[in-house]
Amino acid sequence: MNEAKPIHSLQPAKPALSLHIPEPKFRPGQKVDFSGLRIAKPGEVRRPPIDVAPQEIRDLADAIIRVMDDEGGAVGPWDPQLSAEEMRRALRYMMTTRAYDDRMLRAQRQGKTSFYIKCTGEEAIGVGQSMALAPGDMMFPTYRQPGLLIAREWSLYDMACQCFANAGDRMKGRQLPVLYSVPQEGFFTISGNLATQFIQAVGWAMASAYRGDSRIAAGWIGDGATAEGDFHYALTFAAVYRAPVILNVVNNQWAISTFQGFAGGENATFADRAIGYGLPGLRVDGNDLLAVIAVTRWAAERARANLGATLIEFVTYRAAAHSTSDDPSRYRPADEWEHWPLGDPIPRLKQHLIACGEWSEARHTQLGAEVEDEVQSAAKKAEALGVLGKGEQHPAETMFEDVYREMPPHLKRQREEFRALK
Amino acid sequence: MSAMTLSQALNSAMDVMLGKDENVLLMGEDVGYFGGVFRCTEGLQRKYGARRVLDTPLSEGGIVGAAIGMGVYGLRPVVEIQFADYSYPAFDQLASEAARLRYRSAGEFWSALTVRTPYGGGIYGGQTHSQSPEALFTHVCGLKTVVPSNPYDAKGLLISSIEDDDPIIFLEPKRLYAGPFDGHHDRPATSWEGHPHSEVPDGHYRVPLGKAKIARPGSAVTVLAYGTMVHVAIAAAQDSGVDAEVIDLRTLIPLDLDTIVASVKKTGRCVVVHEATLTCGYGAELVALVQQHCFYWLEAPIERVAGWDTPYPYAFEWDYFPGPKRVGAALVKAAEAKP
Repeated sequence: MNEAKPIHSLQPAKPALSLHIPEPKFRPGQKVDFSGLRIAKPGEVRRPPIDVAPQEIRDLADAIIRVMDDEGGAVGPWDPQLSAEEMRRALRYMMTTRAYDDRMLRAQRQGKTSFYIKCTGEEAIGVGQSMALAPGDMMFPTYRQPGLLIAREWSLYDMACQCFANAGDRMKGRQLPVLYSVPQEGFFTISGNLATQFIQAVGWAMASAYRGDSRIAAGWIGDGATAEGDFHYALTFAAVYRAPVILNVVNNQWAISTFQGFAGGENATFADRAIGYGLPGLRVDGNDLLAVIAVTRWAAERARANLGATLIEFVTYRAAAHSTSDDPSRYRPADEWEHWPLGDPIPRLKQHLIACGEWSEARHTQLGAEVEDEVQSAAKKAEALGVLGKGEQHPAETMFEDVYREMPPHLKRQREEFRALK
Repeated sequence: MSAMTLSQALNSAMDVMLGKDENVLLMGEDVGYFGGVFRCTEGLQRKYGARRVLDTPLSEGGIVGAAIGMGVYGLRPVVEIQFADYSYPAFDQLASEAARLRYRSAGEFWSALTVRTPYGGGIYGGQTHSQSPEALFTHVCGLKTVVPSNPYDAKGLLISSIEDDDPIIFLEPKRLYAGPFDGHHDRPATSWEGHPHSEVPDGHYRVPLGKAKIARPGSAVTVLAYGTMVHVAIAAAQDSGVDAEVIDLRTLIPLDLDTIVASVKKTGRCVVVHEATLTCGYGAELVALVQQHCFYWLEAPIERVAGWDTPYPYAFEWDYFPGPKRVGAALVKAAEAKP
């Protein structure tokens, strides 16, 4: 060390200061017990009118809006009164999402792609919100909302081709698997960087308002990424310009190995973040499909009525690994999800439909087989075209395209050099 | 001495420094309990506690900004940015703050900060886990930029960096963590086991900043390389039969110009290689310096081999990566050029 620093005359304080280091409740090998978690009863949280002043609903940022009860009933003011047909569709989309995830994970294990990210346990969020938004609305997702596309009945084959980076991949092999882009469905190209899309969603909404359009935007972010500056830019701009945008925080408890306490979740809820910006903040059971749809509709109506943005925290649990690159049993109990008090969104909706007399075990089993077939046939067709590095690929020289709208001379020269190498 | 991989050697450097100096602490995303996504900090939180090996919020600007403040207090924070591609949210804190504290306060304040970050391709990381942004940092006055290529250097350079009183960008070639990689992606992956530079002293030692090393002596062409490309250049010399002298720069700023100039004056020919995109890459600076200092000794135009000027395309990793074939062709071209 070439310089001595003049600071180490410690000023002994009484008591000495100490640093707080957050610790998750449970680590591998420990017994999981969520009984201390405070969760509102289904139906107990009030539903304010959409033109309510944000400061009058600060309590909703600390509650958990829930509709489905443990007996399969739908209770309280947030019940979105879906038709049985809508609920059956939602169930189908959630099951398709899960089956697709499982199929693509297997493909990754077989070396057909290098990487995959599942959204297991979080299917109600992508599916429910997609169903609650209108065609034409613009979605700025993270990599854990494929349900947004599946609920739009977007082609599973197209999605699988992206994961395999084959000749059918509209992204021409340029993006990691699951970083889809589907402008036809208002699904923004997913970035591999975190949080960046959140403020962009606000900008899109500002543009829609600027042009006197009627379309709104929605952005998604994980609990962990709320620590990035982009999250705070988004809340500031959304509040300042009353942008017609829904800002969704998917609190799935884990950012790779880091529990949500490191994003500040120990001290306040993520919905609480809204309060300091003067935005309404809602906290919702993210595994309750009906609640997800209800709050999204509330926020969408509010945005469409020119009343501005809403921040929604979806409380859920990331049941799978962050990605195929990590092993969660190294940092959390392997059975933590089984104890998750908000359960699994698929059996919960199934139970509700059965309680309504609109579903049965037999029909459920049949639906499971149907979505399995649908996923299998899409994945097989995509695999037959090509998988990573095998079969039909885009020509490698397409990598020089789309850097700019028109290829500048230096890239043309490099492409020539590349061709000469082949 | 122990046989170590590059990630184990980095771990050992941090272990030594945590043990030696209470002011050293580690922080970063997933570095604590989990031991880092590339396992570089494995076991260190268990050994030194969660206070000294801190998991952080997912906030690169926050991590670097906080580390600057810690450095101002007098600590020596060693932070990990999970991928070099994620350093951009921290760029303002690095470029406007860490790099300039000393200058703007005329030496009254500084922050001894080391930013470790994995860079480069070779793991199918796509465009957000594969970049080589060294030129962005070398262009910022006040930052030092270090790039090791093997376990021995990695440990010695990291210790020197942690002990240095200037902010350091320590770029770790992620494809080399587990084993040397010479760009022959179609051959089985190799481990560091048995590699001469994988024998690493267990205790404290330094590899000085600002000193390059001749990684392969030769007489026909000088190759300037760092990180993964050192191994690629050696393979290219082997494959092409050109007797190249490969210089491992090890530190980009400050740069060991003397070693470069001595070699180019000897060979009269020079090839500059890096994984980063070509245009305005660090190679451009090297070419400028070589022509300025060696112009009358040069017998051929200086060649550059670099990543194409595109984002890193996920599926075309090996069409993009400047492998031994491309480097070998440049060696032949430089060696055979007639003045």
